[in-house]
Amino acid sequence: MHEIIEYISSYLRTEGLTPGAAGNMFWALVYIMLVFGGLSVAVIAMNWLERKILAHMQVRLGPMRVGPHGLLQPIADAIKLLLKEDIMPAEADGFVFWIAPLIVVLAAFTVFVVVPFGPTHAVTDMNIGILFMLGVSSLSVLGIVMAGWASNSHYPLIGALRSSAQMVSYEVAMGLAVVSAILMTSLHGLGLYGVGGAGSGDTGTLSMIGIVQAQQEQGVWFLFKFFPLGLVAFFIFAVAMVAETNRAPFDLAEAESELTAGFHTEYSGFRWSLFFLAEYSAMIAVSSIAVTLWLGGWLRPFPNLLSGTPWDQIFSFVPGVTFLFFAAICFYNTVRMPKHPLFRVQTIGLAGFGVVLGLIGLVLFVPAVSVRAQDIFWFSAKVAGFMYLYIWYRGTFPRYRFDQLMQMGWKVLLPMGLGVLILTASAGLLLQPQIWHR
Amino acid sequence: MTDPNTTLSPLELEHHDKTYLDANELIINMGPQHPATHGVLRVILRLDGEKVLGLECVIGYLHRGVEKIGEHRTYTMFNPYVDRMDYVAAVSNGLGYCETVEKLLNVEAPPRAQHVRVILTELNRLASHQLWLGTHALDIGAITPLFYTFRDREEILKIYEKYCGARLTTHAFRIGGLQYETYTGFEKEVKNFLTFFRPKIDEYEELLTTNRIWVERTKNVGNISAEDCIALGVTGPVLRASGVKWDLRKAQPYCCYKNFDFEIPIGENGDTYDRYLVRMAEMRQSVRIIEQAVDALPEGPIMAKVPKVMKPAAGEVYHSIEAPKGELGYFIVSDGSTQPYRLRVRPPSFVNLQALDAMCRGQLVADVIAVIGTLDIVLGEVDR
Repeated sequence: MHEIIEYISSYLRTEGLTPGAAGNMFWALVYIMLVFGGLSVAVIAMNWLERKILAHMQVRLGPMRVGPHGLLQPIADAIKLLLKEDIMPAEADGFVFWIAPLIVVLAAFTVFVVVPFGPTHAVTDMNIGILFMLGVSSLSVLGIVMAGWASNSHYPLIGALRSSAQMVSYEVAMGLAVVSAILMTSLHGLGLYGVGGAGSGDTGTLSMIGIVQAQQEQGVWFLFKFFPLGLVAFFIFAVAMVAETNRAPFDLAEAESELTAGFHTEYSGFRWSLFFLAEYSAMIAVSSIAVTLWLGGWLRPFPNLLSGTPWDQIFSFVPGVTFLFFAAICFYNTVRMPKHPLFRVQTIGLAGFGVVLGLIGLVLFVPAVSVRAQDIFWFSAKVAGFMYLYIWYRGTFPRYRFDQLMQMGWKVLLPMGLGVLILTASAGLLLQPQIWHR
Repeated sequence: MTDPNTTLSPLELEHHDKTYLDANELIINMGPQHPATHGVLRVILRLDGEKVLGLECVIGYLHRGVEKIGEHRTYTMFNPYVDRMDYVAAVSNGLGYCETVEKLLNVEAPPRAQHVRVILTELNRLASHQLWLGTHALDIGAITPLFYTFRDREEILKIYEKYCGARLTTHAFRIGGLQYETYTGFEKEVKNFLTFFRPKIDEYEELLTTNRIWVERTKNVGNISAEDCIALGVTGPVLRASGVKWDLRKAQPYCCYKNFDFEIPIGENGDTYDRYLVRMAEMRQSVRIIEQAVDALPEGPIMAKVPKVMKPAAGEVYHSIEAPKGELGYFIVSDGSTQPYRLRVRPPSFVNLQALDAMCRGQLVADVIAVIGTLDIVLGEVDR
């Protein structure tokens, strides 16, 4: 018994190690549970937010009936999907049909093993973290092709073919952009680029945590490093990641006006919801890569422009203030709720939700909590920005045609990615402090 | 950026009849339950991968025998039925029918009635084009314009509702004029709508006209030449986008269109983008026409002298108007009784739909959707 407690508490005494790196299975499991739970909540929240934001972009209200302002709508939908009859087409290949959504979900969730929410807030820190992420997330193509093939129907087949071609071709440009960011971990700039040659060493890293730490040490987000090279690489990645996740305007694989629902046309009920879950967690996963590589991961904004203790203090209040702001919105809308008795439950519910948010906000003001939660907050806030962009794209853009999509991938993004890679390497060599200070 | 296949003439398209590397053809059944076939159109696509080798339209899922019904109803009783053909442009259908019967009876609606007819018909053209724009953009993947157009279309429907109580199948006109006098404040409300609506057209255009993806998706897609249009009998904005300046409102003025000053917008290339531009320009012209019609709205009776029991002299008459989708014609044969001996409708959607095969060959599946949208068909009118 004592040994077990000792095993569990030994991790708490370590400094700056992830549970995986410390070799502590118990805490790794706890972290996995937390990530899985948090991710599911994020998908649910994303579901609600997407409907609401899209609705408000399109001069309508979105869900309003289930719970105050439709807050319980995603839960109602989840229950509906769970209770639905599970239909498998008679002509379908049963086993492949069954396993396809599992592969997609598995691929989408496994990548979160290496996503760093903070210097120690990751399940594990692999020294090939980014490679692992790209590799595992591309496995989902397999699931999609299997789903399209196993359905034994024309629309899913075309959808799956489109999807696989698209994901494979965009991965190339994506990979090149990622490589240029990895180069930046070991290359240092001069003067204008605000780097000044400071940095731990000349060895680069593929570890997700290492990449963020490199940005911290060099005092610059890679987005701004070697301006505008970092920006261009980020742009390439930002386009490729939308295509990679099959979202508008690259949502050809599930283009509802052409292919009804693409590769998951024949899926229903909970199987379908697995695809849905995978799509959204894949969106969060690629956004996490973008945030880690270019936007300083868990680091707060303006780390070197507004540095020093007072600024650290001020920025440590931001998470709490944000939650209090959300709580205030809830209370404002509680007051605005119709006074009719029929709305009483909804009013109380909304006020309760506001209280919960407010309490979270207050807890975040406690220094001991805020020190640990800040990293997670900044990381999530940056990812949330990407999620908003995803919704915004969907509300604005028409859909690309298949050939145009390929053209864009191979003829625009790929050359751009190669150019950025070469330029980053040359810039890194030419701007080396050693050359100029010798 | 343009696919060389998209600019070929139908003759050259013969070369595209075979699949690449003699692969198997894929036959796909699109519809009648398909989100992008605008109702119950069934299209059988012959595909080589994504490329369309040919297609066949199957229609009739919405057939109600409107023409036969016409032979069993009196002239007055048949009037509401025409609203159910092109249900998004019900007023235009009514105008066509009423004018045809009036021609048969040799009566003419009084000027006030004619002006109100023009106002309502042009409002209907706006409503129809709005619905077209929303669904067309939705098919191409832009989901937001749909809600904007529907929001503004609502204002038009409100005017209809106030005028005659119905929003969609209005039955607004009667043979010989109008049944209802305009309500108080009609002119003001229509004018308010016009000032409200004019900036909205710019709003739609802002979202789409220069949108890179929209331009790429519509330019050089579904090309059709002027000769092909004429050979196939295609009319309306589709014909005009191919560069033929043919609008029945100018070519054979009916109602009181000759009193109004407006232009016929035409395109050059006859592709989906040009058809989009032509329809957008048509909306602006419609606004102009309505404005003039409201300003010139004369006082006077709204109903001509029409016999209670209509018994037109034996004979036949063909009359056509420029409906939002093209030439809408009615051919009525009278045997002197209270019911038509034969009633034939020439619906623009039915004739325009013929061009689908010619426009889609050699293009991709996604283009078929764009072309169905740009043809602006209403299945209620195709099948009747």
